[in-house]
Amino acid sequence: MALLQTPPTSTRTSSEEKRDARRRESTRSGGRRIGSHIFLLILVVYFLTPLWWLIVASTKDTAGLFTGSGGALWFDSEFHLFSNIAELFERQDGIYWRWLGNSFLYAFAGGIGATVLAVLAGYGFAKYRFRGRSAFFSLLLGAVMVPLTALVIPTFVLMSNIGLVNTMWAVILPSLLSPFGVYLMRVSTQDAVPDELLDAARVDGAGELRTFFQVALPLLRPAIVTVLLVSIVATWNNFFLPLAVLSDPNLLPVTVGLNNWQALSNAGAGGEQMWNLVTTGAFVSILPLVVSFLALQKYWQGGLSLGALK
Amino acid sequence: MAILTAPAETPVPAGRPTKRRPVKRKTGIDVMDRRRQRWGWLFVGPFALVFVGFLIVPLIYAFWMSLQTSTLAAGTQFTWFGNYARAFTDPIFLEGLGRVGRFAIVMIPAQIIVATLAALVLDNLTTALSKFSRLMIFVPYAVPGVIGALMWGFLYSPRFGPATDLFALFGAAAPSFLDQDSIFGSLVNIVTWQWAGYYMIIIYAALRGIDTSIYEAARLDGANGRQIALRVKLPMISSSMVMVLIFSLIGTLQFFTEPQVLRAVAQGAIPVSYTPNMYAYSLAFSYSQFNYASAISFALGIVVFIGSYLFLFLTRKQNGLK
Repeated sequence: MALLQTPPTSTRTSSEEKRDARRRESTRSGGRRIGSHIFLLILVVYFLTPLWWLIVASTKDTAGLFTGSGGALWFDSEFHLFSNIAELFERQDGIYWRWLGNSFLYAFAGGIGATVLAVLAGYGFAKYRFRGRSAFFSLLLGAVMVPLTALVIPTFVLMSNIGLVNTMWAVILPSLLSPFGVYLMRVSTQDAVPDELLDAARVDGAGELRTFFQVALPLLRPAIVTVLLVSIVATWNNFFLPLAVLSDPNLLPVTVGLNNWQALSNAGAGGEQMWNLVTTGAFVSILPLVVSFLALQKYWQGGLSLGALK
Repeated sequence: MAILTAPAETPVPAGRPTKRRPVKRKTGIDVMDRRRQRWGWLFVGPFALVFVGFLIVPLIYAFWMSLQTSTLAAGTQFTWFGNYARAFTDPIFLEGLGRVGRFAIVMIPAQIIVATLAALVLDNLTTALSKFSRLMIFVPYAVPGVIGALMWGFLYSPRFGPATDLFALFGAAAPSFLDQDSIFGSLVNIVTWQWAGYYMIIIYAALRGIDTSIYEAARLDGANGRQIALRVKLPMISSSMVMVLIFSLIGTLQFFTEPQVLRAVAQGAIPVSYTPNMYAYSLAFSYSQFNYASAISFALGIVVFIGSYLFLFLTRKQNGLK
């Protein structure tokens, strides 16, 4: 039987606090605690070093990146963050900001769309017994194990047959597919929405849609937030699909655009070297997601474990 | 397939009158109920459309394309499994497959060990530093793979990176991270950095779900902290571990983004056909060999599918679900 982890709660229950107290008691030996903290500090340094480097690098111009006075991991004597950002607005008429906007558009359209489909389908699988249900669900579970990159090339050919290649739909439509999201929503619905409650609503005369929107949906909120977050991140991070189906520079998401700039800087001579734009562009592009994750931690911390079965 | 099929096998709970009262003649209620069950398709329908349009159809189409060969001289011909015979004797494809196999052997344990150790340590602590560390270890998940690879590419670079300065402090020459011998380890490091935090969060949440009274029972029996971690905690979260392993296995076998991005700074060390996915990409988009590229994609898909199915079968005891 698949069980869900505790849904994320903003208020800590008293039993949780008791647990924590017990945990604290149970870590008696001070030596081990110091050892554990040193281990954690090493991990934190390892995981933050690249990000620290990126912050520092985004304040340098190209010359500073090569021969900065403070080395690679410290600031240069000159501070170029704002001039770099200004240059992002100038280069190719500010195409960078277009890429960033495209990334937002694709991530939100793909992520929200995938979540809506997953919530509906998960509810349908969990609460109705329609013809073909188990066959479809088995197929879906098999699909979880199909590597999505294997679909990129046939999707490209199919899309080019119907003229969708090199349009934003070529990125958004395939992003709507999230078999794992449906699986998560089905498990969550089984766990969080009791049948008795739905039956009670029906007895009171609520139709199927109304039962879904007013009774089931509020109970599914934690799971929906999780699936939404995971789908948005997946689309935001996507690289192979847009790389294959988009060639118009104006349609690229920021991941592909920056990669092109980096390749160009590596290959090109003086005028095409824009290392400072690559670093500053990378820095600006990761800010929205990193900041949202830090700000929304109480929503995802419990939720991301939804897929984990006990 | 123990974990993933689990809910499908769960007996369907209430809400089905036919189930509760097995002996029942066709009554008005029964007909109404059957009509209501049709709503299931309305809820599942929109997803089913996307599922068919962007999974089933591309899969079938890829298979169909892979059975054909297109040449300038003869046009498109049906060649049955010729492309597969070619793929599984193509040294470039086999080399790429072997390479992602080696990546799987090194990279999956690297990620899982870092994630598990971090989760076990965090599970024992409730200090401010431990909460901060948990967040910081997770942050790379919010950074796209392309940006992660770009950053590490700079850090590895002898021109930009800190390695030259750091090693000069000890009077040593910096190792080269981007040559043929070390690129494998450099890529393992990027992926570990990118994904260990995400797996850590999943494992950590599973650990938090364990009832702590079990630890006290184990302690009364004389178990020390390490024994509790290895003999009590890890076995109790084995199904989460299996899920994390499956995720990383599927991810590793379709390795693409990191080597593709790093290629720009380490061209000598990463050929265009470094992994099967990169090979398929370059066949399709540099050489327009879409038929053969489809065969490579499809063959890779089959290898991944069989690999994960086999893995779930072998770990069915650890899943403890069947």
